[in-house]
Amino acid sequence: MTNKAPTKLDFPASLIKHDYEEMLFMRIFEEKCQFAFRNGKAGGYLHLYVGMEPLATGWLNSIRKGYDYVITAYRDHGHALVLGSDPLAVMCEILGRKGGLSNGKGGSMHLYDAEHQLYGGWGIVGAHTALGLGLAFAAKYRGEDRVTLCYLGDGAANAGIFYESLNMAGLWDLPIIYIIENNYFAMGTRLEYHAADTNLSKRGYPFGIESEQLDSMDVMEVRKDAARIIEMVRKEQKPYLVEALTYRFVGHGAADNSQELYRTKEEVAKARKRDPIHLLHDVILEHNILTQGELEALEEKFRAEVDEIYAKAEASPHPDPEDVYTNVYTDISPEVGH
Amino acid sequence: MAVAQQVGTVKKNYLQALNEALREEMARNEDLLLLGEDIGILGGAFGVTEGLQEEFGGHRVYDMPISEAAIVGVAVGAALNGKTVMAEMQFIDFISCGFDQIVNMMATYHYRTAGEVNIPVVVRGPAGGYGGGALYHSQMNEAWFCHSPGLKVVCPSTPYDAKGLMKAALRDGNPVIFYEIKELYRLNSIAEELPEEDYTVPLGKAAIRRSGKDLTFVTYGNNVYHCLEAAEVLFKEHGIDAEVIDIRSLVPLDEETIYTSLGKTNRVVVVNEAPMTCGFAGEIVARITNNAFDLLDAPPLRVTRLDTPVPWAKPLESFVLPGVDKIVAAGLRVARF
Repeated sequence: MTNKAPTKLDFPASLIKHDYEEMLFMRIFEEKCQFAFRNGKAGGYLHLYVGMEPLATGWLNSIRKGYDYVITAYRDHGHALVLGSDPLAVMCEILGRKGGLSNGKGGSMHLYDAEHQLYGGWGIVGAHTALGLGLAFAAKYRGEDRVTLCYLGDGAANAGIFYESLNMAGLWDLPIIYIIENNYFAMGTRLEYHAADTNLSKRGYPFGIESEQLDSMDVMEVRKDAARIIEMVRKEQKPYLVEALTYRFVGHGAADNSQELYRTKEEVAKARKRDPIHLLHDVILEHNILTQGELEALEEKFRAEVDEIYAKAEASPHPDPEDVYTNVYTDISPEVGH
Repeated sequence: MAVAQQVGTVKKNYLQALNEALREEMARNEDLLLLGEDIGILGGAFGVTEGLQEEFGGHRVYDMPISEAAIVGVAVGAALNGKTVMAEMQFIDFISCGFDQIVNMMATYHYRTAGEVNIPVVVRGPAGGYGGGALYHSQMNEAWFCHSPGLKVVCPSTPYDAKGLMKAALRDGNPVIFYEIKELYRLNSIAEELPEEDYTVPLGKAAIRRSGKDLTFVTYGNNVYHCLEAAEVLFKEHGIDAEVIDIRSLVPLDEETIYTSLGKTNRVVVVNEAPMTCGFAGEIVARITNNAFDLLDAPPLRVTRLDTPVPWAKPLESFVLPGVDKIVAAGLRVARF
């Protein structure tokens, strides 16, 4: 960063500080989830958003929160936090506790929060892309100007249901933005081994859906793109497809011990040079938005907060066993016992 | 992660047994192909196919895109032209994404060609709960396929059977849906020595895991171990001597072994991990009442998962799945009837 004129800021300092705080909190929260998983406190499967934070912060701060619809796959903690779900309720859900978003019955992969229009959290890869279509259909049918954001991974972009959904979105001009979070790996299979054409933004073409490929490591850039595209989709009532280029710095799941089989340490190290939190950290220092001391204090503060959230969640009771019978149907209960 | 070093040099766990079966069949049958998500470079989400792409090459072990329907379709198409195919579903829950290709295409091809074509395809995957996988990573959905004529369905509970049934399935010539119990994959307590020589376990033959004279547990998969534990409790605390039958193969079903046992015990509890309504336990109970009613001294009972999804929270998961306590209680009910 030496011998360079200071970059011009496109956003006010307060917003930059907000985004930094939000992404840092998300990162620390995810690290705690990893800890919980490794200590057997957070169920069988759990997937972290480390490195991909700008996709939640950049896009979800650009929608009308609580009005626009959001749906995503199983790497969903960050989306809930940015949309405004209570972090304690999110942690309770991840630890399978009573105060969780779904009373501990859904878990890490299936976060749901109607108040914040988060429709999941889904564990079957690609399947939710049709549900996103349904949300957009309903909004258009009712004559509302809600926009639906439907996130999916690069692996999910190969699922047949996604193309059924794209066709209908194009056919009916539905106001949905499909955001392909391309982190270059469908679990342990690299993009070029699973995608016939690695330019995933082209996948809207056959359906007349406009699309673009966007670098998504710099949250300020993501914000600019998101605001522009969301406004366009809301106004023109048409679908849009984004291939967001990102990278996950951690394993596919919290149990992934085999990263060396599908990528090198050097590759991860290179990607980490563009760690979105570090990028913003540099901007903050360069423009004297916060001092080094203040940044360190912030991290301390968030660590303490997340520790407290975790402690509270862990001290919360599990749901009562009899709760398994509720919410299977709207009106009847499954037979008790047997 | 290395499969080969889990439990020393002699005993093999369930995962190693499956890996050996696939390796040996790949060597034995040059027409065998393996298809699945992450099965090559990564060696599978759980490691069942570890080392096989390295050993047999990318032209026989394919990393597939996340496209379950097309994976099954490719398997069937390749089978039409003389290949034998193992198609992995990364979790058996995801088999629903390939459902139509399986029940409408694969299951019926032999029938609708008047027997002209065979479909030697094994669709296999990690199945079952007790591991905190929540709604979409915990299911036993075998009943869907038992309900689809043309498919065989198996579910081994031991390393010996996992290897022997996998080999038999790959040589069977019919499409087979193969349920692997993921919670057993690396369970060292069930690791065992496997024969040096080639062997198979025939489809349609049950195994008696514990002999007893007072009542019969009929079960498969992970529940075999719950029934064995329940049998010990019944014996030690109540003096009730239970027999445990592991059916191993659902379609075809070895009814003879069940009826022979009932001839001795006259009481039966059928245990399966899937939900109760239309589960395979119900099918077994129906066959017993149809074919062996005279042998019964008590109503046949089922112990199954509750008719609810599998919840994430651990105590709730335990509550909805069959456990030792519920099996003991059912055993007491039929024994004291």
